[in-house]
Amino acid sequence: MSASVPLPLRPHDYKSDVKPVWCPGCGDYHVLIALTRALAELQVPPERVALVSGIGCSSRIPAYTTCYGFHGVHGRSLALGAGLKLVRPDLTVVVASGDGDGYSIGGNHFLHACRRNIDMTYLVMDNHIYGMTKGQPSPTTEPDIDTALAPGGTGLRPFNPLVIALASGANFVARAFSGNPPETAGIIAEAVRHPGFSFVEILSPCVTYRPDQKVWKERVHRAPVDATDDAARAARRLMTDDGFNLGVLYRGNRRPYRPHGCEQIGELAELEKEFEL
Amino acid sequence: MSDGAPQVFSLADLYAIAYQIEADAAERYTMLAEQMEMHNNPELAGIFRDLARVEAIHRDEIASAAADPDIVAHACKVARWRSGESPEAVDLSEAHYLMTPRDALEMALAGEERAFDFYNRLSDAVDPDVKRLAAEFVSEELAHVELCRSLLRRCPVPAPADRWIFEDPDLPVSQE
Amino acid sequence: MAEAPSVSVAFVGSGGAGALTSGRLLLEAACKSGWNGLLTRSVGPQIRGGEAAALLRLAIDSVECHSNRFDLLVGIDWLNANRFETEIPLGPNSVVISDPNGAAPPAIVAASGAQILELPLKELTKANPSWRANMVALGAAASLLGFDESILADLIATRFEEKGAEAVTASLEAVRGGAHALGNHRLGTTLAPPRRTAARRWLLTGNEAVGLGAIRGGIRFAAAYPITPASEILEWLAPNLAKVGGCLVQAEDELASINMIIGGSYGGAPSLTATSGPGLSLMVESLGLAVAAEVPVVVVDVMRGGPSTGIPTKSEQADLNIAVYGLHGDAPHLVVAPQSVPDCLIATQWAVYLAEELQTPAIVLSDQFLGQALLACARPADVSFIGQRRKATEIAAPYCRYALTADGVSPMAVPGVPGGQYTADGLTHTVRGLPTSSAGDHDAQLDKRRDKLERFAYGDLWATLEGEGPLAVMTFGSLTGAAREAVGELTRAGHAVRLIAPRLLSPVRPNDMAAAFQGVRRLLVVEQTHSAQFHRYLKAHYTLPADTAVLNRAGPLPIRPGEICRALLEGGIS
Repeated sequence: MSASVPLPLRPHDYKSDVKPVWCPGCGDYHVLIALTRALAELQVPPERVALVSGIGCSSRIPAYTTCYGFHGVHGRSLALGAGLKLVRPDLTVVVASGDGDGYSIGGNHFLHACRRNIDMTYLVMDNHIYGMTKGQPSPTTEPDIDTALAPGGTGLRPFNPLVIALASGANFVARAFSGNPPETAGIIAEAVRHPGFSFVEILSPCVTYRPDQKVWKERVHRAPVDATDDAARAARRLMTDDGFNLGVLYRGNRRPYRPHGCEQIGELAELEKEFEL
Repeated sequence: MSDGAPQVFSLADLYAIAYQIEADAAERYTMLAEQMEMHNNPELAGIFRDLARVEAIHRDEIASAAADPDIVAHACKVARWRSGESPEAVDLSEAHYLMTPRDALEMALAGEERAFDFYNRLSDAVDPDVKRLAAEFVSEELAHVELCRSLLRRCPVPAPADRWIFEDPDLPVSQE
Repeated sequence: MAEAPSVSVAFVGSGGAGALTSGRLLLEAACKSGWNGLLTRSVGPQIRGGEAAALLRLAIDSVECHSNRFDLLVGIDWLNANRFETEIPLGPNSVVISDPNGAAPPAIVAASGAQILELPLKELTKANPSWRANMVALGAAASLLGFDESILADLIATRFEEKGAEAVTASLEAVRGGAHALGNHRLGTTLAPPRRTAARRWLLTGNEAVGLGAIRGGIRFAAAYPITPASEILEWLAPNLAKVGGCLVQAEDELASINMIIGGSYGGAPSLTATSGPGLSLMVESLGLAVAAEVPVVVVDVMRGGPSTGIPTKSEQADLNIAVYGLHGDAPHLVVAPQSVPDCLIATQWAVYLAEELQTPAIVLSDQFLGQALLACARPADVSFIGQRRKATEIAAPYCRYALTADGVSPMAVPGVPGGQYTADGLTHTVRGLPTSSAGDHDAQLDKRRDKLERFAYGDLWATLEGEGPLAVMTFGSLTGAAREAVGELTRAGHAVRLIAPRLLSPVRPNDMAAAFQGVRRLLVVEQTHSAQFHRYLKAHYTLPADTAVLNRAGPLPIRPGEICRALLEGGIS
C-alpha cells in the first residue's frame, strides 16, 4: 500500500497482496477481478473507496483490495455502509454480500436500503448456498437441493432478489455472472455511477458445495432487451425471468436520500438557550 | 470466451492488445499460483508461477518491441473485449485445489489455442505491418500450443471431471 | 406555619383529565418565581386517555429525587388511581383534594390519615362549562401552597395564547375558581422563599441533557430507532444535530442503528445512538464488533423495567449486567452511569470523550427516571471534554491499524487518507488488520484492548465521593440523588457518613475504589434491581467491608432517602 498511486489507475492497483481463502474454482475470484476492473474504469483512487461487508465467503472481499474496508458482523453490512456514506458522501461506498448474509439474516436491511436509496452500490455474490458454514441452504437455494440441514431439500420457494429490490425501491437493478468479468465489471461501474441505491446480483458458483453450478456458464444469457426506467415494465419482465438473464434490468430516476440540512448555528452555546429559565 | 474482440487499426494497436493479452495471462496464472499456495498444492503453485513468469517475459518483450512508453495506457483504451475475456486469460472457475499438472496444462493449452485463433484471424489484415506482426504472433502461439500438447502427452490421463468429489479425503471445514 | 426546603405535590387523573399539564404548569410557575423543582410522571398503558400522575417536588435548591412523603395529592378524579398509590406515599400531615361527587379516593389514602379537602370539581365545571377540571385543580393546589395568583396568570397568558383570548380568560377563571373554593386553607408546611440568586437556571429533562452533552462532546452523527423511554434523546438530536452540521437518520431496527453508527464513526464522525433494554439486547453483537475493530461509538441505554418488554414507562437499573457483561468474548468497553439530570449532560459528554480517546464503545447507563424527569436546576458547570480521536495522517507503509503502542491506542486512518487503507475486522486480526487465528496475535490484541482502558487516566469523574466516616452509602446512576439526600439527613443527625457512587462502571478501578473504602466499617449498597446486580458486580471486582448490607428493589417504585437512612442504621452502628 503505497501512499499515492499514479494515474491512470489499473485494475492491478486495486488488488492487495492478501491471498484469498476462497476455494480455487470459486466464482468470487472473478468478482474480485471484475470489481478491480470496474474501479479502474471509474479511476477512483483506492483510498476514496470503502468496501463494506458482512460474514460469509463473499464478505472476505474487502481485504483482497487496496481500498478501505470493513468486514463487519453477519447481515449488517448495508447498515454499516449507509452510516458511512451518510457522514462521508465524498466516498465511493460499495457493499459486498452473499445470499445468506444479504437475503437471510440481512433481509430487512436489504428492503430498507432499497427504500432509503442512499447513493451506494450493493453487490451480492449469490451461489445459492452457505459456503463458510459448510453448505446449508440459503434463501436462494432451490427447493430440492439435498443438504445436511435440510435432508431431501427445503421444499421452499427460493427468494427472488431482483423482484424484492425492484419492489422495495432500488434505483438500479442488474444481474451479472461472475464467469464473465468484463461484462460484470461494466455493470458494476455503471451501478457505481448511477445515483442512489444500485443493486447488482452476481451469480457466482460455489465449486465446493454446488459443483452442479458448473452448468451456469452455459445457462446464463444476455437479456434480450435493454434496461428500462419504468418500474412496472421491469416488473413484468421479471415475471418471465428464468434467473439467468444478465444485464441491467432497471435504471430509475429517484433522487438519492440526503439527510435534511438546515441553517447552522454559529456557537454551540446557542443550543442551550431552549433550557434557560 | 473471446467474442467481441477488439479491432486492430494499427501496429500500435496490435502491440497494445498483445501486451494486454500477455499481461492478463500473467495475472491469471499469478492468481492461480497464489490460490494453490494458499491451498497447499505446491506442485501446481510452482507450475502456475512458471507460467506467470513466462507470460510476464512475453509481456515485457512486447513492450520493448513496441517501443511505446504509453503502451499500458494505450492497452487500457484499445484492448477491450466487448464480451468475454482476452484469449489467454484462463478460466479460474476451472481450477480446483486438487488439480493436477495435466489439468493446468489443459487450461494453458486452451488459452494458447484461443490466442492462436485471435491472431490467426488477423492474417487477412489490410495493413501490411499488422499482418506481418500478427503472423509472428501466430507462429509464437503455435509453438506454445505445440509445447503444451507435447507436455500433455507425457502426463497421465486423468479420471473423470467430477473425480475431485471422490478424491477429497477430508471434508470441507466450517469457518464462520 | 413551618417552612420547608421542599414541598411535594401529586396530581392524578384519567381519561385526558390533564393531570400532567397541571403538574407541568405548577412546576413552571414555581420556577418563574425562583424555586427549583422536579417533575416526573407515571402513566397507565394507554396511548391516550389513560390514568396519569404528575409527581412534583418544588424546592429552594436543586433536588434529585422524590421525598419520603407527598404533602399534597390532588385527585382530579380517582379512576384507576390505585395503580399509583404506592408511588405516592402519604402521611398524617398530607393533604388530599378530592371531589365529593366523584368516586372515593383509594383506600390507602384514608389509611394514611391524610386530611381530605373537598373540591367539587364536577359541580364547578358543570356550572362553568368553559372551565377545565385540571385548571380548577391547579388553582386549588397553588392556593394551598400559598402561591400568588399572579404567578400562574402570566404563565397561563403565554401558554394559552395560541388557543385565543377566550381560552386564556376561561383558564384564569378556572384557576381562581379552584383557589376560591378552598377558601383560606393552606398546607401545614409551606415552601421556604426562593433564594435570590443571579445564577442561570435551566429547565430540562435528562434525555435532553444527554442530547446536549452528546453534541458538546463532539457527536455529529446519530442513528435512531424509536423506543420508550429513550426516543426523546433522538428527537432532540434530530433538529439539533442538523444545526451543527451533523445528521440523524432513522434506522429500520436497532441492528441497523448500531451498525450505522459504527459505519459513521469509521468514516470519522463521532457517532451515537440511544435505546432501552430491548434495543440494547439487539445491539450487543455489534458492540463487540466495535470493541474488536476499535471503532468508537456511544450507546445511551435509558433503562426501563425488564426483562423483555417489561415496564417501558417506568424506571429500573437492571440493565447493569448486560451493559457490563453482555458482550460475548472478552470485550472491554466503557460503561458510564449519569447520576442526575444535569449529570446526564456531563456523563454523556465524558463518555463521548472517552470513547473517542480510547477507540472503543461506551454505554451510557441512564434510566427512565433520569431520562424523563423534568428538572429545574442551576446551569451545570461547563466541562471541557471533547472527543479527540488519535488519527493517522502521515502514514508509512505498511500501515498497521492495530499497532501495539505503549498506551494501547493506535492511530486510526480515516477513509480518504492515502496509504491508510486497511480493513476493519471483527475477526481476530494482526496489527495490520488481517485475519488470523494464531494464539499470539489473539493474545496481543486482547491485551492491547484491555490495557488501553486500564491505563487511561480517568480523573475525578470516575466516581462521586462525598463526606467521610465509617458509614458509607454506595449506589450508582439515578439513585445517587436519593443516596445523597439520605447522607445529608444522616449527617445533619450527627452521623459520619459518606457517599460512594462510581460514574465509571467499566472498566473497574480497584485501586481507586480501595482508597474510597479506606476507613469504611459499614457499607450499604443501594440499587434498583431485583437480583442485587450492583452488589454482585461490586463483590466480583472489589473487596467490600465485612459489614456490607444491600438495599435493593426492582422498579418501578423508587427507593426513597428515608429507606436508605433506616437501612444504613439498622446495623446499629452510628
